[in-house]
Amino acid sequence: MQSAVSIKDLKIAYGDHTVIEKMSIDIAPREFLVLLGPSGCGKSTLLNAIAGLQDITGGEIWISGKNVTWDEPKDRGIGMVFQSYALYPRMSVRKNLSFGLRVAGLPKAEIEARVARTAALLHLDKLLDRRPAELSGGQRQRVAIGRALVREVDVFLFDEPLSNLDAKLRNELRVEIKKLHQSLGNTMIYVTHDQIEALTLADRIAIMRDGVIQQLASPAEIYHRPANLFVAGFIGAPAMNFIEGRIDRSNGSPVFLCNGLAVDLSGYSFQAAAAEGPATLGFRPEHLVLDGAAGGLPSISSRVSVVEPMGSDAVLWFDWAGQSLSLRLMGDVTLQSGDALAPGLDITKASLFGADGSRL
Amino acid sequence: MHTTRKRNFSATFALLPTWFAAIVVYIGTMVWSIRLSFTDSTLFPSSNYVGFAQYVKLFSSAKWLASLHNVLIFGVLYVGGCLVLGFLLAAALDRKIRFENAFRTIFLYPYAMSFVVTGLIWQWMLNPTLGIQASVRSLGWETFVLDWVVNRNMAIYALVLAGIWQGAGLVMVIALAGMRGIEAEQWKAARIDGIPVWRIYVSIILPQLGPALAAAGMLLAMGVIKTYDIVVAMTNGGPGNSTEVPAKFIMDNLFGRQNLGLATAGATVLVLSVIIAVAPFRYAMYMRNRPKGAA
Amino acid sequence: MARTHPNGPRPTHMTAGRIGLYAFLVIAALFFLLPLYAMIVTSLKTMDEIRLGRIFALPETLDISAWITAWSGACMGTVCVGIRTGFWNSFAITVPSVALSVFIGAVNGYALSLWRPRGASVLFGLLMAGGLIPYQIFLYPMVRAMANIDLYNSLAGIILVHVIFGLPLVTLLFRNYFVSVPEELCKAARVDGAGFWRIFFEIMLPMAVPMIVVVSMLQFTGIWNDFLLGLVFAGRDNLPMTVQLNNIVNTTMGERTYNVNMAATILTAIVPLAIYFLSGRWFVRGIAAGAVKG
Repeated sequence: MQSAVSIKDLKIAYGDHTVIEKMSIDIAPREFLVLLGPSGCGKSTLLNAIAGLQDITGGEIWISGKNVTWDEPKDRGIGMVFQSYALYPRMSVRKNLSFGLRVAGLPKAEIEARVARTAALLHLDKLLDRRPAELSGGQRQRVAIGRALVREVDVFLFDEPLSNLDAKLRNELRVEIKKLHQSLGNTMIYVTHDQIEALTLADRIAIMRDGVIQQLASPAEIYHRPANLFVAGFIGAPAMNFIEGRIDRSNGSPVFLCNGLAVDLSGYSFQAAAAEGPATLGFRPEHLVLDGAAGGLPSISSRVSVVEPMGSDAVLWFDWAGQSLSLRLMGDVTLQSGDALAPGLDITKASLFGADGSRL
Repeated sequence: MHTTRKRNFSATFALLPTWFAAIVVYIGTMVWSIRLSFTDSTLFPSSNYVGFAQYVKLFSSAKWLASLHNVLIFGVLYVGGCLVLGFLLAAALDRKIRFENAFRTIFLYPYAMSFVVTGLIWQWMLNPTLGIQASVRSLGWETFVLDWVVNRNMAIYALVLAGIWQGAGLVMVIALAGMRGIEAEQWKAARIDGIPVWRIYVSIILPQLGPALAAAGMLLAMGVIKTYDIVVAMTNGGPGNSTEVPAKFIMDNLFGRQNLGLATAGATVLVLSVIIAVAPFRYAMYMRNRPKGAA
Repeated sequence: MARTHPNGPRPTHMTAGRIGLYAFLVIAALFFLLPLYAMIVTSLKTMDEIRLGRIFALPETLDISAWITAWSGACMGTVCVGIRTGFWNSFAITVPSVALSVFIGAVNGYALSLWRPRGASVLFGLLMAGGLIPYQIFLYPMVRAMANIDLYNSLAGIILVHVIFGLPLVTLLFRNYFVSVPEELCKAARVDGAGFWRIFFEIMLPMAVPMIVVVSMLQFTGIWNDFLLGLVFAGRDNLPMTVQLNNIVNTTMGERTYNVNMAATILTAIVPLAIYFLSGRWFVRGIAAGAVKG
């Protein structure tokens, strides 16, 4: 099947400073791809390159089966939504929506029909004659989305579209964008640094760091089977717990040893045959079982240092082997700071990383 | 936006007239003038090079030396006076007073007027027979003397007075904008610490206004080197050479005395002095604004 | 034991410090206002009254003949047509100079900050350096060059000179304005298919209207108040008001007619003063913007 967007050996550099080195991705039609990473990882640069707003040093960009590497943004069949909305301040909402169509010289009737359709879809009908300054943040972002939709193209690009909104609006618009994707069925490429947005919206997430994709996979895969220590630490809040130790096979089957704790690794699905050597064991706060001994799991003895109730769940913090670990419990918690606990570790849900940081 | 050369054709094209002005007018004419300063040109340009002869002549001219001396005194007192008076006015206006807008309008209006007008106004105010001196004497103080414009030793201070009258408002506006930009929390913290108001202005506000005041001082200092109109209008360089300034010396030799070589030598010295005055300031700005980590 | 009443009386607002503050402001206001006052009353007096030497006294009778003479009869050397020709010359010079320099400056600022073509920072550096350099170094070659293209001593010539020497300040102000415009606005317009000029005219210029007003006012007063360039480049027929004023006041033979001089001075100052008083806040914004970034 033909890709909606295809990036081949992309390279972007400013002088000696390389931002993106040899990157290739294929994005399927109707796919929702999220580019996720810390600031400065190159995700916005990549999006701008796809849009044609950023010169590339090498490689090719294909959109809908056409090599658009040197095409102007308007000729690429894309619509784009920006973080700062980037609405034209002196134009009404109607003019903002129709500007691109007027530039393209579409017939008047066609422009009016498209603007009306888009406005209805985004509930902008009553705002068409207002200026951007007279709109709320959420309304402005809906206009910005409308400006992309009205172009009726195959690929939509979103550059951190929700970052300037407050938490409540962000949640609402996130749902709206997801609905929009389900009803329109366009390809969407969405840049964000917010992992909740990434996990909730994406068909696939590309986690980037220093211009390199660390893992490109479904949200579940990324959450449960992170490809390396960076991905494991970046996704999840509170962050994954890590304890450093070594893998020992002196008794035949592999065992993880750390500070007197011995974890039998026979339940862990290794990528390749397990080798002896230093390793890091990572486990998410919700994958610790409060009463470990009852389940027959290897357990960690400690005392609660801090309890953080969060309503629907709670996070318990405790110190072990000189580091602070966390455990998530659903519902109300009766434990208090200072109480003893011995949570058990479910190795089938844990992740093991080798000395180079990649998943074992 | 980093874009290709192809896409930037329009932007490059739009800047062409300015490129022309910068290269042909700014650089071209400057090079031409500097070249003339090494020739024996008088009424017309000559290509007979005489090395530094014009510069030697320049620095043995009593009038030129007097000009430099005068512009130095004028510059220090004018810039200093504008900064001090402007800062005081701004601090006073910052104290939540009544009629702030009216006062601000009054302090700044001279800045809207030309140097010629300023010079003529003060020439009239300081007129010894009919101006302030005559008025005060007619009130009974028969020995009162305010004859600055006709007094060799005082004429330069008359220029300073007129200059400060015109320029103090500029400093006031810049300083006041700076003071209004300082967060209210700092005032609250200082009041809780029990620091007297004057001390807050000297120790807390003034250091924060440093860059803004330096910029204002720079602007005024640039004006000092170009000082011409106000002298022509007010004293025309007199009495004697007591208010001659370099810019006027150059203009006189350029258009009055047909002494091109000497005039361009003077202009070259003026440009050099601007570079020497500005370079350290610009360098400091550059070092401060340079993004961290860049080579 | 806890104190149940405040210590001493409620503090008053008029302390000795406040009185001193107002005294300082009033004295300063007098320093700034007295010259204007003296100028106005002098212009309304007869020469007989002026010879009494009471510069601050109100005129005994209001005599506006000095104003009429200043406007239409005052002499520059042997020509006695008043300052009105200079007044119209100044308009003829200033209006096109302002319009042209503001337009070019706006295009420059937009291109330099939002498009940054090759060499943009070099050009900007050149302009800023050019803005600092005293005009004297440019004058003679400029005169020769203008003479070569038949623009010396002409209206078009003086306008061109004002536009060229106005570029650094105007470009700087517009560049600083457009730098604060989000780059995404330009990107969004490019995705919509607009090019360099279309973005400029349809999006940027409408946004920049307040800045255009500020810069225009600044340029208007600056060019109106110019003396040096008008003296050198305008030619006898186009001399601006400032040059004519100086000629009237400083080159007259015989007894000086101070009332006419002052009336002519006020007439020369009246246009920039009107701009200042009618639009104080904008003017203030302009000089603050120009100064801090300069």
